[in-house]
Amino acid sequence: MSPFLFWIFALLMLVFGAAVVINRNPVASALSLVVSFLGLAALFMSLDAYFIGIIQVLVYAGAVMVLFLFIIMLLDLRAEEERRINWVASVGGIAVALILLIQILLVIGHFKAARQTFPPLAGSTIDDVRNVGALLFSNYNLPFQIIGVLVLVATIGVVLLSRRDPR
Amino acid sequence: MTYFFITSLLKIVGILFVVILPMVSYSVYAERRVSAFIQDRQGPNRVGPAGLFQPIADMFKLLLKEDFTPRNVNTFYYWLAPCLAVMPAIITIAVVPFGSTLFGVPMVIADINVGILYVFAIASLGVYGIVLAGWASNSKYPFLGGVRSSSQMISYELSLGLAVIPIFLLVGSLRLTSVVRYQIEHGWFIAPFIGDWMNPWKWLLAIPMVLSFVVFAIAIFAETNRLPFDLPEAEQELAGGYNTEYSSMKFALFFLGEYAAMITGSAIMVTLFFGGWHLPLPSWHGGFHWALVDGSAPGWRGVIGGLFNIATFFAKVAVVIFVFMWVRWTLPRFRYDQLMRLGWLFFFEIALVNIFIVAGIIAFLPS
Amino acid sequence: MAVTVQRPKLNWRERMYLPAIAAGLAITIKHFKNMLFGRTKVTMQYPEEKWDSSLPDHYRGAPALVRDEEGRVRCVACQLCEFICPPRAIKIIPGEIPSTDRFAKVEKYPEEFDIDMIRCIFCGMCEEVCPEQAIFLRKDYAITGFTRADMVHHKEKLLEIGGVMHGVVLKWNEKK
Repeated sequence: MSPFLFWIFALLMLVFGAAVVINRNPVASALSLVVSFLGLAALFMSLDAYFIGIIQVLVYAGAVMVLFLFIIMLLDLRAEEERRINWVASVGGIAVALILLIQILLVIGHFKAARQTFPPLAGSTIDDVRNVGALLFSNYNLPFQIIGVLVLVATIGVVLLSRRDPR
Repeated sequence: MTYFFITSLLKIVGILFVVILPMVSYSVYAERRVSAFIQDRQGPNRVGPAGLFQPIADMFKLLLKEDFTPRNVNTFYYWLAPCLAVMPAIITIAVVPFGSTLFGVPMVIADINVGILYVFAIASLGVYGIVLAGWASNSKYPFLGGVRSSSQMISYELSLGLAVIPIFLLVGSLRLTSVVRYQIEHGWFIAPFIGDWMNPWKWLLAIPMVLSFVVFAIAIFAETNRLPFDLPEAEQELAGGYNTEYSSMKFALFFLGEYAAMITGSAIMVTLFFGGWHLPLPSWHGGFHWALVDGSAPGWRGVIGGLFNIATFFAKVAVVIFVFMWVRWTLPRFRYDQLMRLGWLFFFEIALVNIFIVAGIIAFLPS
Repeated sequence: MAVTVQRPKLNWRERMYLPAIAAGLAITIKHFKNMLFGRTKVTMQYPEEKWDSSLPDHYRGAPALVRDEEGRVRCVACQLCEFICPPRAIKIIPGEIPSTDRFAKVEKYPEEFDIDMIRCIFCGMCEEVCPEQAIFLRKDYAITGFTRADMVHHKEKLLEIGGVMHGVVLKWNEKK
């Protein structure tokens, strides 16, 4: 992918990421987050990581954010829009964010890997779904199984909690 | 590179403006005619021969109607929602192989290796248009429609995703062209009479495949908001649901989005279960066998073959669309709790068990 | 008093719903097929096919003035129809018949006779009340016009619709 497209998607992601914080309207924030996710997915795909990119859209933009939006829409939005901006808190927040950014830049600057150029990836014929699957079931089998049990427990918990009393 | 770019552009323009969009408007016409015939009525038959120019007249009507924006809506999202409703349905078609090859160019716009996941990912974005319309309209019926739509889509996406896993267990790839290839070699998934049809294992596999197909088809009905699962619209209880406050071309966009979603849903169904663009023709050259017609033959025969494949694909899609309409005008709407129970307690489990069955069969399959 | 309606007990076949759905689909496709091959004939394609020939004799269409066999306009401008008309659609301006006329003893004739077809409700009371058998409801039902003025039927139009009525009592003719 050309650097031009990279910059477009990176910019899209950053602008809408900022919009998530800046927007006073929660629905607008949620939608900005969706666009940000889409930009991220496009960046993944530019690295030939189609699987991760698509999963990003499918899980985050398609399922998690829909649930978020679902909840947000049921809230009373007026209260949020009428709230006054606390200037001290926002200046403090921006200062903290800037300090964090500088720290990250410094740390990255000390990495060797950050200063060398990588050889280009093997052509676009790699089957990344197969790779992810093989890796999950070989190297990361135990964590995978544990997560599976965790999700199962959560599911059973939800079923128990939402069950009506059989009166 | 330039060649690839030009052919891709031609494919996009050709498939979108020559096939999909006319198909959308004519499926609206077909819906009206089919519903009329089922109810012993005539349907639109005045504009042009047998009413065939009705979509054009409808388009002019919708364009010329007053584009009314109610005062209390959230204007930006009110305008954004119809666009979001149409787009996902149309861009899903990008990964569907709608033909073999034509002049050596594969007839699929983007043959990515996560094809079906892409379809689901984009389809899951389709809910935003409806939810936003419901929320931005600032009115109770659209809002209820939007809420219903989001919960319905999330529920049935699970069954949809689980229903197709058996296919990919068999094929071993998420690429839709590989699915079609596999079906050409081993027979369609729900009708394995092509290829080595004497093999009893294949007929054993066809049973869970049919189960899978039924779950998939019903989930597609729910995903595209078609009756018997059109709870988000529900004219009788929600006065049109999410599109109550919309008029003119914005309403038309919702309408077109719904039909475009139906067409892409049918296209996915045809690709996954009915062998995509493949139509076996009986041949008696050197004993009876099924001949494969595709665009690989040299010269004009290849061109004819490629065109034949494209025609086959869209004919199959048209048949599936007819079934969509047939079902719509037969079955009444489900109650909302029944819909949810059906999705979570019934289809989800069937699809899940189905995966284990297919996995078991594959494990013992004497390849 | 509240009555609890017993829900029917479904057997396993009915609970699966699939046989019922299949039966329903079979019914609808049968209707579709019959319609497609033109075996069902329900709808009448209106402007091409009309029901004029099968209209009953008592059909109440547009009211009209009639002439008798001798060509005399039957109306004597008694204005009974004008008074009975529920929506007041009829307007009559009577005129005097000159004494030289053969029917001078009738004394009055309608100089103008207007029926506003926007107001007319096709009730037929004018026909019922008319002592002269002069106004009848005919079988015209497609009455259209571009303006309100178009929709007012004047005397000429009414006579044109009415035509000649045979078999009416000719009470003003001289006794022979």
